[in-house]
Amino acid sequence: MTAPSRRFDPRGLGPAHPSSAVSVGAAAAVLAVFAWLCFDMVRQGVGVVDWQFLVHEPSDAGRAGGIAPILVSTLWILAVCLAATVPLGLLTSIYLAELTPRDDVVGRITRRSLDALAAVPSIVFGLFGNAFFAYGLGLGLSILSGGLTLACMILPLFIRTVELGLRAVPASQRDAAHALGLRPIAIAFRVVLPQATPAIVAGLVLGIGRALAETAALIFTSGYQTRFPTSVFDSGRSLSVHIFDLGANIPGGDARAYGSALVLVAILFLLNRIATSILRLFGLEAPR
Amino acid sequence: MTPRSDRPVALFVLRSCALGTITILVLIVAFVVGESVDVLRNAGLSRLWTDPTWHPASKTNPTFGAVPMIVGTLFATAGAVVVALPLGLLCAVFVNYHATHTLRRLVNGVIELLAGIPSVVYGLWGLTTLVPIIAMIRGPGTSLLAGILVLALMILPTIVLLIDQALREQPAELALSAAALGLSKSRIIWSVLVPSAWRSIGTASLLATARALGETMAVLLVCGNAIKTPTSLFDSVRTLTANIALEMAYAMDTHRSALFASGLLLLGLVGLLIAGIELLERRVRT
Repeated sequence: MTAPSRRFDPRGLGPAHPSSAVSVGAAAAVLAVFAWLCFDMVRQGVGVVDWQFLVHEPSDAGRAGGIAPILVSTLWILAVCLAATVPLGLLTSIYLAELTPRDDVVGRITRRSLDALAAVPSIVFGLFGNAFFAYGLGLGLSILSGGLTLACMILPLFIRTVELGLRAVPASQRDAAHALGLRPIAIAFRVVLPQATPAIVAGLVLGIGRALAETAALIFTSGYQTRFPTSVFDSGRSLSVHIFDLGANIPGGDARAYGSALVLVAILFLLNRIATSILRLFGLEAPR
Repeated sequence: MTPRSDRPVALFVLRSCALGTITILVLIVAFVVGESVDVLRNAGLSRLWTDPTWHPASKTNPTFGAVPMIVGTLFATAGAVVVALPLGLLCAVFVNYHATHTLRRLVNGVIELLAGIPSVVYGLWGLTTLVPIIAMIRGPGTSLLAGILVLALMILPTIVLLIDQALREQPAELALSAAALGLSKSRIIWSVLVPSAWRSIGTASLLATARALGETMAVLLVCGNAIKTPTSLFDSVRTLTANIALEMAYAMDTHRSALFASGLLLLGLVGLLIAGIELLERRVRT
């Protein structure tokens, strides 16, 4: 590879042709729609969201009250999801990035399955979770079923991000450790993995973001129950499912739906900022 | 570096984890196929498009005609791509060739934020904002058009980000030679740079199509969900995904199996799109 060629900057080519107005218009339209969406969300949601909203139980099918049990259920689902994703994802990405030669069959098939898994529609994850976790394994409509279904869903994203971080660790580090007589697995765990911590954190944050945004995979795996969950075998409603239920099934639920949406989007934006700044700090770009 | 003298147990554990992730995919396909077997064996997948009506719960004469929902899914998906692709391409061109540095960052930032908004929030916004506006033109408001617009907004970030990246990676020589030939700026962009990125534009549209096809919550909220083949943009439609979400809660036996069969159909369609993307990308590498 020679040095990358200088980027061409056509802005140097004098005044823009009038036809460029079309692309300016398109960009302006997108910005306007985004502003409209944000404005609507804030306008309809901001009156609802306060401390009381966050710490009280919903009443009147969600038309009044708050979202406390829903936040708790969401956290539990997330905890189950991460408890399954993190060990499986970490070990798989170490295997893929550190221990497989290019022509390894298991590695190649794993990579292709992860790509395929990333493309599966979320409603199909929901069908699978319902058939396998809820009925097949007898976990019922529960936080456990929902969390495990989400784990299957975010695994590709998590593994891809961690693998990116592992591969970014300079080869000289591995060579040095190798020269000191460490075995490949020891090198992977003691030398490479600690240096990839930012990528692991970023992968976690991106995965949490994806899991929080998901609705379709949860409606028939973790269910609709709005009570405080007492164990992982209880059904629990996630924040996203709450927004859906209020918007679709409860007349007069719009205000609380927007309030919940505002809370969810605020959390997601925050997580996204954290992930991208961690990755950027280490010169990586978030995978899509 | 070849793995030398490794502890076999540790290597075995790591390899099992990799095999575990493969197993997930296998299980998904196995369970979706397994649950569809009832309908596939007794009726056949083709009943989804040969039966006249959708009454899968009927005890005496169940029918599985999903044509209105298949058509609804295809129309909503195709409509969304038709709206979002030109808009996304124009945005990417703006960001790459017309915007100042600040504007570029602003548009890219907004696109990234749009990508992060959950589909259920798009659906809620569509239902409370777009649907009343559409209802003012022609009732009932919850319609194919609402679905197309919300889906288009949802897949726009995918399209813009992928095309933007492709345009950024165009070799400088290409534009410089075109400029040396005396072509105008808009000629360079639309006759040289954009056409030479056609593969990435193809990939972007296929990926966006796959996303729109599999989307559930947004269309479920804004499309009205009547099982009827749409005759105009203002008609209410039900997509395959929305149908699964609506009926899973109470579906039993053959009905449940029919829903899994429609999930299988979705999986197949997405598989075709992914195969198309592989084909486009494989040619790039060689």
